[in-house]
Amino acid sequence: MTDPILRVEGLNKSFGAVHVLHDVDFAVYPGEVTALVGDNGAGKSTLVKCIAGINTLDTGQIYWQGEPVTIASPSVASALGIEFVYQDLALADNLDITQNMFLGREIRRGPFLRDAEMETKARESLISLAVRTINSVRQPVASLSGGQRQTVAIARAVLWNGKVVFLDEPTAALGVAQTRQVLNLVRRLADTGIGVVLISHNMNDVMEVADRIDALYLGRVAAEVLKKDTSTSQVVELITSGRSGSLGLSATTAAQSA
Amino acid sequence: MTTDTSDLADSGTDDPRASFRIDTLPRGLRTSVQDWAVRVRRGDPGGLPAILGLLVIGVLFSATTPLFLTANNIGNLLSQASFIALIALGLTFVLILGDIDLSAGVTGGVAAGFAAQSLRSGDLHAAVGSGVYVALLLGMLLAAGLALWKKLYVVAGLVLAGVGLLLTGASETHVWLAFALAVCIGIAIGVFNGVLVTSLGIPSFIVTLALFLTWEGVTLDAVKSTSIGTSRYEAWFAMTHRNMSPALGWVSLAVLVGGYAATAFLRQRQRARAGVSFDRLALTSLRVAVLAVGGGLAVWWFNQNRNPNPGPAIKGVPWAASVPIAFMVVFAIVLTRTSWGRHLYSIGGSKEAASRSGIAVNRVRIGAFVICSGMAAVGGLFLADFSGGAQPALGQGNTLLYAVAAAVIGGTSLFGGRGRPRDALLGAIVIAMIPNGIQLHPGLPISVVQEITGLVLLIAASVDAISRRRARSG
Repeated sequence: MTDPILRVEGLNKSFGAVHVLHDVDFAVYPGEVTALVGDNGAGKSTLVKCIAGINTLDTGQIYWQGEPVTIASPSVASALGIEFVYQDLALADNLDITQNMFLGREIRRGPFLRDAEMETKARESLISLAVRTINSVRQPVASLSGGQRQTVAIARAVLWNGKVVFLDEPTAALGVAQTRQVLNLVRRLADTGIGVVLISHNMNDVMEVADRIDALYLGRVAAEVLKKDTSTSQVVELITSGRSGSLGLSATTAAQSA
Repeated sequence: MTTDTSDLADSGTDDPRASFRIDTLPRGLRTSVQDWAVRVRRGDPGGLPAILGLLVIGVLFSATTPLFLTANNIGNLLSQASFIALIALGLTFVLILGDIDLSAGVTGGVAAGFAAQSLRSGDLHAAVGSGVYVALLLGMLLAAGLALWKKLYVVAGLVLAGVGLLLTGASETHVWLAFALAVCIGIAIGVFNGVLVTSLGIPSFIVTLALFLTWEGVTLDAVKSTSIGTSRYEAWFAMTHRNMSPALGWVSLAVLVGGYAATAFLRQRQRARAGVSFDRLALTSLRVAVLAVGGGLAVWWFNQNRNPNPGPAIKGVPWAASVPIAFMVVFAIVLTRTSWGRHLYSIGGSKEAASRSGIAVNRVRIGAFVICSGMAAVGGLFLADFSGGAQPALGQGNTLLYAVAAAVIGGTSLFGGRGRPRDALLGAIVIAMIPNGIQLHPGLPISVVQEITGLVLLIAASVDAISRRRARSG
């Protein structure tokens, strides 16, 4: 088995008296889709924010390609190659696709923009993901559907050499056909060797594209299971009660946490 | 490809490059017109409403009075439009952010007031008294400090240069140095606006409304409740009363057309080489030709004598037209060709997206307020000359409203994210035409000016709101 590209070990995080994450271990493997699942308040967002450099760790260590690293700010995360695609997308409606993909990292000569070069690269990035649902990289983002926007946001992460890409509920606001599009894209992303983390509530999505599923239960990792070894009902049990048969937290730990 | 959604799947065998073919094709006149039609339908009418307004109002006045479409009157019209255009050009930056600067008019008043007072008195300190003088100095030092704190070093340097002008008394000796002082005061005011809006989070509407009152008072302090004439200072009097020499008009046009042609052809050739869609040579040539012929006709027309009375000839392109055009060209380049400009638009579209992309949102916003107030100072200088001198009420009344109306009529959105310098110029001419044309109808009461201007602004704001709704619904 390949080594994880990103690994979190023994992560603890409290906000005042509230102990949000307990000894969390979490790993992302290149070329795999790791689903991060859990109920509201299970600690998914806090875990992601710790990795993004938005929250600090109380104890624990993050390893990047085997080396211990400290991610003090979001810019450190993106310099390493960790990109985040948030649920509300963070695209500017009044700019076109290319302008959004290069926002804040424009290619320039002196103070002047090099639009032709940016358009070429934006197009190549979309082509590399086999995107067929967008006609032109000069289309304004305001005219795109939810699925197309999600595609642009993901392609943006790839363009910036994201080696690990976190996707926060990428299909939450999408219809059936668009969900299909995005899930295909998620799969292709992993097939190019990128480590993808899919944060989702939707069991259908998770079971369809994930290789590995990490279930959080009240701030603890209930279990990490391979998709091929598990079932929807087992994952749901892990999410709702922290254990399922021999898997998951011990009865006492689960009860304690609750 | 089928229309079934399964073609969205990754199992297709067709080349994904095919879907981006449109991005590699050259654009001719027809595609260019089609693209424009699509943009208008999607809710980006650009300069269309302003051009329609220009035609409707122009035709109306031309048909009802023979005095309107005379060379002499058009010259006057441009003088009336100049300060509206200059203030509107600056406002465009703030409007793109989705903010507003209600104090732009009186900022011009303050800046022009101090410039005029220092020229007339030859000793600003003695003329305005120690209290006002020291307050001005401390205010500018505070603004410079705030700019340094926000890492806007160029801005801080300019404000400090203004302090230097004050301390050395240089602005009292030469009209151009007095202009420089005015702009530095404007920039300092912009720093206050920007920092109050971004650091304290007060809505720009409130900050600039409050300061509107303050600057009204400061203008009184600056001119000591009198009117200071500008006609004694040749460079100042030239702003709205003099013209470029006919030869300089031609040279300026040649530089403008030459510069545009060179960058346009070069740019399209680079695009063609890079393999992205480019405008065909014919289309680019057409654009250059339109600018050259249109500009040539205008310069030729202005170079005819337009003095209706015997006496010295009045001819040449008015400075009131060429100065706003020069600013427009510079601002257009800044907004569309630099990353700062792109960041400004992105903030207007989504502050969240901009800050997540690593853009120093507040620095860019303060910069926009600084440009706005700096241009307000330039506009104030023109306004002072147009109204015969720096007066206690300079920049009050309708000045700001006209400038906002000019920007919005031109197509700049009050909701942020959209606006072009060119729009401000077109809009300013539309706004200036209303009082100009009505004054030529002696039968009409003067109250009609405000009534009609208000309605025109309302129409423009409606067009803005409707196009925004269209853009949203796709």
